[in-house]
Amino acid sequence: MRFTVSWLKEHLETDASLKAITDKLTSLGLVVDKIEDKAEALAAFTICEIMEANKHPSADRLQVCRVNTGSEVLQIVCGAPNARVGLKTVLAHPGDVIPSTKQVLKVGKVRDVESFGMMCSANELLLGEESDGIIEVEAEAPVGESYAKWRGLDDILIEIEVTPNRPDCLGVYGVARDLAATGLGALKPLKTHKIKGACPCPLKATIKDQACPHFMGRVIRGVKNGPSPEWLQKKLQAIGLRPISALVDITNYFTYDRARPLHVFDADKIQGNLNVRLSQAGETFQALDEKEYTLSDDMIVIADDSGVISLAGVMGGATTACDETTQNVFLEAAFFDPISIAIAGRSLGIHSDSRFRFERGVDPTSTLPGLEAATQMILDLCGGEASEVVEAGQASDFRTHIAFNPARIESLGGTTVPHERVISILEGLGFEVKGTGKHLSVLTPSWRFGMDHEADLVEEVLRVEGYDTIPAVPYAERPQQKPLGAHQRRRFEIRDLLANRGLTEVVTWSFMPQKDAEPFGGVPESLVLMNPISQDLDRMRPSILPNLLKAVLSNQNRGAESVALFEVGPQYSDPTPQGQHMMATGVRAGVFAKGGWNEKKRGMDLYDAKGDVLAVMELAGLSPQVEAKAPNWYHPGRSGTMRLGPQVLGYFGEIHPRLLKVFDLKGPVVAFEVFVDRMPLPKRKTTAKPMLTLSPFQAVDRDFAFVVGAEVPADTLMKAAKKADPTLIEDCTIFDVFALSDGQKSLGLRVRLQPKDHTLTEEKIQEISEKIIVSVTQSTGGVLRG
Amino acid sequence: MGGQTIDKICDKGFPMDTLDELKSQILGEIEHATKLAVLEDVRVSALGKQGRLTLLMKELGQKTPEMRKALGAELNALKDVITQALDQRKAQLEEEVLNARLASETLDVSLPPRVMPQGKIHPLSHALDQAIHIFGQMGFVVAEGPDIEEDFYNFTALNIPLEHPARQEQDTFYLPPSAEDRQPLVLRTHTSPVQIRTMLKQKPPLRIIAPGRTYRSDYDATHTPMFHQIEGLVVDKKTHMGHLKGCLEEFFRLFFEDPALNLRFRPGYFPFTEPSAEVDALWKNGAWLELGGCGMVHPNVLRNCDIDPDEYQGFAFGMGLERITMLKYGIEDLRLFFESDLRWLNHYGFAPESRE
Repeated sequence: MRFTVSWLKEHLETDASLKAITDKLTSLGLVVDKIEDKAEALAAFTICEIMEANKHPSADRLQVCRVNTGSEVLQIVCGAPNARVGLKTVLAHPGDVIPSTKQVLKVGKVRDVESFGMMCSANELLLGEESDGIIEVEAEAPVGESYAKWRGLDDILIEIEVTPNRPDCLGVYGVARDLAATGLGALKPLKTHKIKGACPCPLKATIKDQACPHFMGRVIRGVKNGPSPEWLQKKLQAIGLRPISALVDITNYFTYDRARPLHVFDADKIQGNLNVRLSQAGETFQALDEKEYTLSDDMIVIADDSGVISLAGVMGGATTACDETTQNVFLEAAFFDPISIAIAGRSLGIHSDSRFRFERGVDPTSTLPGLEAATQMILDLCGGEASEVVEAGQASDFRTHIAFNPARIESLGGTTVPHERVISILEGLGFEVKGTGKHLSVLTPSWRFGMDHEADLVEEVLRVEGYDTIPAVPYAERPQQKPLGAHQRRRFEIRDLLANRGLTEVVTWSFMPQKDAEPFGGVPESLVLMNPISQDLDRMRPSILPNLLKAVLSNQNRGAESVALFEVGPQYSDPTPQGQHMMATGVRAGVFAKGGWNEKKRGMDLYDAKGDVLAVMELAGLSPQVEAKAPNWYHPGRSGTMRLGPQVLGYFGEIHPRLLKVFDLKGPVVAFEVFVDRMPLPKRKTTAKPMLTLSPFQAVDRDFAFVVGAEVPADTLMKAAKKADPTLIEDCTIFDVFALSDGQKSLGLRVRLQPKDHTLTEEKIQEISEKIIVSVTQSTGGVLRG
Repeated sequence: MGGQTIDKICDKGFPMDTLDELKSQILGEIEHATKLAVLEDVRVSALGKQGRLTLLMKELGQKTPEMRKALGAELNALKDVITQALDQRKAQLEEEVLNARLASETLDVSLPPRVMPQGKIHPLSHALDQAIHIFGQMGFVVAEGPDIEEDFYNFTALNIPLEHPARQEQDTFYLPPSAEDRQPLVLRTHTSPVQIRTMLKQKPPLRIIAPGRTYRSDYDATHTPMFHQIEGLVVDKKTHMGHLKGCLEEFFRLFFEDPALNLRFRPGYFPFTEPSAEVDALWKNGAWLELGGCGMVHPNVLRNCDIDPDEYQGFAFGMGLERITMLKYGIEDLRLFFESDLRWLNHYGFAPESRE
């Protein structure tokens, strides 16, 4: 919402400074977005008159003018085709800054003729696009005066943001009322007009289908529709509206002055009488914006015998539009249901000042006063004779009574306001207050909607007083509890863990295109957005991996040799809350190293990803089973699943070579996915760790080399070894693997024996070694290598 | 080296002179030993089993007690002197060896060190961690809800009726209706539905924050279709707007590490709060920057959650995580948060477990 200070002061008697006004507006909840003082940049530019214009001695297109500035006559060289004797225009003096170029004007010679100033085009002053000629100022303009002042540009423009609950402030009068309630000034009463019709209204109006509650209008005959007077044009231009014609400008004026949209029809173009009804599906309508709209079956329209001539409250029609030949008009003032207007405007994609106000709520009692005031202005500016008013339906009353205990201001608002001040604020805003003490009955004004609680009144009082009067109270009681539950905390711990393992955290979209989702299991139709922002982001992600693979590619394309990324976030299998899974998903691509001079580079492999998953599992205190299979986006021979019983906790492995090709990636790329919230929480309630007994006796390491079938999992061998003496064998690990010919492989097994109550003798070690060999041989068919 | 016997020495009658000669001979050898191995040879030839001094000492046994006494003392004194000289020379030579080694062992310390691969934490996670920590100190606990919401939780229960302009302004993403009702599902446009889910599940007093992903169909320099909010909700019997101001003042001052941060609360409009407010901070450049919205929970919202608004009241607030993160860390381009560009992440990311 834009208005100028002088427009505001037509409704508000005040001496307050600009700063006081704008500060108060923000404090009222009408936050000031912009304050624009065009005069500031234009202060130096004055009106001048060309006394003589002679051809430049050496340039055909230039003229040497003698220009009266009001105090002297200057010689100025000008190239504008419209420079001529008697023209009043705008002068820039040497030293002035030209707004369009930000350059300081200097005295100069143009083709050897001295020039002591410049006559300006609208473009040079940033007042319009016209740059071919200099500005033509009205003949009656006083030479020597500031051009900005003459044009009314010295009026400061204020732009405020109006929240959807304040349609009353979409008119200057409503803004003035709010300011007056704060005590910053006095609201000037509106002039009321009562126009006696010269004749009955020749057009009848009827409401069908309960399309609207209240419709009024009248015919005004014998009007002359030309450009509106200068003062009205300046007013509208100042707030960025283009003057069109007197009749249209008058309706725009009331839209912005009173938040009262009106519409004028050319009465001679109306066929038959007026019907306010709901549109029929498929009906078409030629709107003022020169487009044809096809209507659905639920839009409020004004129709005549020819069909729809106006989309009520949204936009008038082309067939009944007023132009300079218009002589008789029908002026409409009505109240339309906000929801219907919103639906119609939105479904047709029409934005208008009228729609903007009607869908937020127009004061239903402003119909007749608006009609009368606009009629008066038409009679004043366009002449003519008004008929009586035709009316259908009646004004709706949306006001509510609210039982109000002013003590709520303190108990809800946290501050006290004296009783008399409460009453005066509410009355200043147009509320009617009855009752005394704790038992007030407050009637809301007709221009405010959706107010039915004490809280609404508390807000009214507080915003007029200013929220800055509420003292900030810190919380005294602070319940001592951990902000994060165990599952939530684990996500942060996993982030830290993975970052410490060299992976960098990313945050990627929750949605992705079908072609990315499909190879990762895809999603059901129920996870496809009905209105995606683009086809590239049209469905919820079934896995985070496609996003990470794309991120790997973009980083590799930027030259990254080693890319290790993870995301902790949701993926989706169905639209229910249970179908949203919290994941910790990561990828590693390229080499495992930073490429230092003292490092050996190696490619990432399966075991990096397995290490990542196991680290996450260990964080949760879990030792899951590993199965040598995984979903089909992994390499079938180089991937695994971690599970606890039937519960899948995660996958890891090399990304399937076919997918690497799809994603245009150089391999290998390894990845892992962990279902974070499936990892069970520790059952133990205590913070104490399990007891640790440190043995005083030396541990002993023994190495074995077994030849086993190539298909035998190393894990089977380690488990078999461990089984030989579970108490004495503390740890088994594989220190060497190499393939032999004939489908065999050699596994180097290191076993650590940790005695707890006596030092191991060589005989004892030998005995256990024998047991290990037997156990391994039985379980794997392997033999000790000679 | 010829073996001089005690007899010979005694025979000469100048045992002392002969011993002196031996002494200067051995000490001379020690002094001239320039390698540890040579020195060891000298030690062996003097004090070893067949050493010159050792042999003299062995002979002592055959002497008369008088001679044994006199000569023994001399020999012992000589042994001490030689031992000391050997030790000294040994230390000296070892020192020389070490110095020579050190002189040959220099490394170029200007070479880059060995680096461990180190990942970074995304600035959004880092900032969220800070925020949770600060709110945690004030007694808030984290509550969560799903990204895919029912219309009821995202709009209706929050006092946003179907054709409300506020609902239209939010550019909602829709998913197909579930089988039972024909109402489309939505991607939550704010974290406020978590308020509703929490109030329907738990009874007051409540003090929660709800951080999470939110979605609106908007994509330009200052909007992304996915972003994050932190919602807050307090419901009890006496919390009022003064507490709301106090709570957010404390939070923002701690979060931005500026105890004098100037905040402005001005009236705003949200269907789910009444009174409603916008919170602005006076930033370093002298401009008021919007940080979030807040207000007292609307009585209709409480009622929609079976909480009696005549008995309970409270406040709610919401803020954009990206916005406060950008302000705190001077990050300028919103879109880069989601681009996974390692150059950006390495610059704006944080070391794990770092807390300010």
